Formats: sequence, structure tokens, C-alpha cells
Amino acid sequence: MQVSPVREATAFQAANYTEIQVGIADLKVASQPDRLITLGLGSCVGLTLYDPAAKIGGLLHIMLPDSTQFNSVTKPAKFADLGIPLLLSEIRRYGGKVSNLQAKIAGGAQMFSGLNEKFVLNIGERNIAMTKLTLKNLGIRILAEEVGGNRGRTMILDTTNGQVTIRTVGTPLKVI
Amino acid sequence: MLDKKVIPDVYIDALQEISNIGLGNAATALAELLDKKVDMAVPKAFFIDVEEIFNMVGGPEEVVSCVFLNVEGDVPGTVLFIFTEQSTYRLIEMLMGQGVGDVTELDVMGESAVSEIGNVLTGSFMNAIGGMTGLSMNTSVPMFAFDMFGAILSTSLVASGHWDDQVLFIETVFFQETDEIRGHFFMLPETGALNRLFEALGITEGA
Repeated sequence: MQVSPVREATAFQAANYTEIQVGIADLKVASQPDRLITLGLGSCVGLTLYDPAAKIGGLLHIMLPDSTQFNSVTKPAKFADLGIPLLLSEIRRYGGKVSNLQAKIAGGAQMFSGLNEKFVLNIGERNIAMTKLTLKNLGIRILAEEVGGNRGRTMILDTTNGQVTIRTVGTPLKVI
Repeated sequence: MLDKKVIPDVYIDALQEISNIGLGNAATALAELLDKKVDMAVPKAFFIDVEEIFNMVGGPEEVVSCVFLNVEGDVPGTVLFIFTEQSTYRLIEMLMGQGVGDVTELDVMGESAVSEIGNVLTGSFMNAIGGMTGLSMNTSVPMFAFDMFGAILSTSLVASGHWDDQVLFIETVFFQETDEIRGHFFMLPETGALNRLFEALGITEGA
């Protein structure tokens, strides 16, 4: 297949940064010009912390609000209460300043429809609430959020400018 | 608890056999529902680390429909039926007697149709296992989602409370003449539930 010179140039530019994937119950930190991405947030909450001065950002994929309800915790990044301080210390280790940090959150959706009393219905809401509370206690302000509703979301943090792009099925990209 | 690394082949063979019978029963139910002949590929059963599932079915952003049911009784756990986007539309077309390509989006009617299919399939699967083992199992009212696979799966795992466990993954494909309905069947058994199933089948380690 022939590739036009214009397309080649675009492809080269697009490859100028690395897109680092953050798995479920995981966290990663990156610096300019790399991007952090987490795919398919449902009831989970994605949290990005960004230091605009150092151009360092981190992304955490939270599954559950509260680790104290579990006997054994093998993965602290799974929980809002443990994962957020962990992300904070990682960013600090990379040279980010806590007082500079801007938080953006996405996710916490109610994915399923139908009546089922045994289903943990408000897990998304509880994830959002605990994320906000933990950030508040740490003195980090939330700059933007795209939470609740009933759609899954993919979240991408651009560490060059702190912009977070939200991808959902059937709707245009949204930048927060 | 059973661990993938130490699960003897005899268990996997048994699960495969049970799945074959259970899903065979489900295929028959589907055929009755569609009033058409439905064939089924031999199901593959295996245990898988939860993290690995996210890369199956087509990846975390693949659009799928999912029917979620809680199983109560002797083998408690959660069952997920997942169909790819195209398979979802084909199922609805077959069920509604429409032609290929007629359905291109999901409406409330389609949603309840797929939900019901998941319900019927799970019911017949459970009945087949119950008949073989004498174990009793009931399923809850189905829950439904149509979105990114990763978002649905993670939400299901949280809701089922089995995040740390390995998952019993059963994959099969239903065929209707030349059409292919790609369906994935996940069982997330509660801790110890599968041991009860193996016991009822008279399978013990080293057998």
C-alpha cells in the first residue's frame, strides 16, 4: 500500500510520545511528552494528578472505595483510600510538587440496568465519594470531573498540558 | 482454593464435559427460542487470571452486550454471558425474524430480548449441571449492559466480589446456518463452590 508523505509525517508525529497503559487497580506516573491511558472505566474511577510546572502526571485506576472492609489487601492501588496516597508519593518521587497538583476524575458509572437487589448498585457512587473525600483530606483540588451516568469511559492524560481526554462509546471525544 | 497451576487435567476435562452438556442444552433452548437450528462449537474451559480476561473477547474497548446473573444454591457465584456487538444485533434479528443488517443499534426491545436469551441460556446450562450432579442452583433476575467490555467486566467483578480469584472461563460459539454468534460465557464461582461441584461429580484429586 502506498502511504502519502503527509500521512507519514502525521504518523511520525503521533509516535513522538509514548502511550503508557494503566491497568485495572494499577497506577503509573509519566512526564512530558508521554500520555497515560486507562481503558474501559465502568464503576471504577480514574484519577489523574498533574503538576503543570514540572509537567509530571499520574493516573490511578480505582476499583473499590474502602480497603478497611477487607481482611487482606494485596493491591493497594485497587482502593481509593490507599491508592491515592500511593499515587501522590510516586509523583513526589518523580519530582512533582504536591501543592501544584491538579486532580481530574472520571468514571463511577452505573453500567447495568435491570432490577437485582443483591447487585452492588452504588459502587460507582461510592468510588466517586471516597475519591473526593480522600483528595479533600490531602488538600488536592479537583479541577474537572466526568463522573456518574451509565457509560463506560476511557481516560487519557496528556502530560504536556494536563488535558484529559474522555472516550465513550457512541459520543465524540471530550476534553476536560 | 483451587489454583490454576495445580488444577489437574481431570478437573479441566470434567469442566469441559459439563460445559459441553450445559451449553449444548443452552443451544437447544436458543434453537427453540429462535425456531431455527443452532449448532455449537465444542466449548473450551480453562482457569484464567482475572487480569488476563481484559484482553479477551477483543480487548477492553470492544463493544459488547453482557447479561449478568447471580447464581444461588449449591454452586453460588456469578455468570456472565457476553456477545460481541455484531453478534448482539444478529441475535436480535434472528429473534425478531428480521434480515441480516436490519438491526444496527440497540433499543429497549433488543435489550430485553438479549437479556432474556442470557436468562434462558443460563437457566438451561444450570439445569443440565443440576440434572447431572443433583446439585440445586437458581439464578437471579438478569442485569444487562451494552458498552465497553473492560467497563462491564470490571464492574461485574466488583459486583460479584471475586476480584482476587481466578475465573473459570468458558468460550463457545453458536452457529445458526452460516451465521456465527460469538458468545462468551464466564463463571465466577464463589470460593469453594467449584470444589462442591467436583465432589458431586465424584472427582477427587489424583483420580
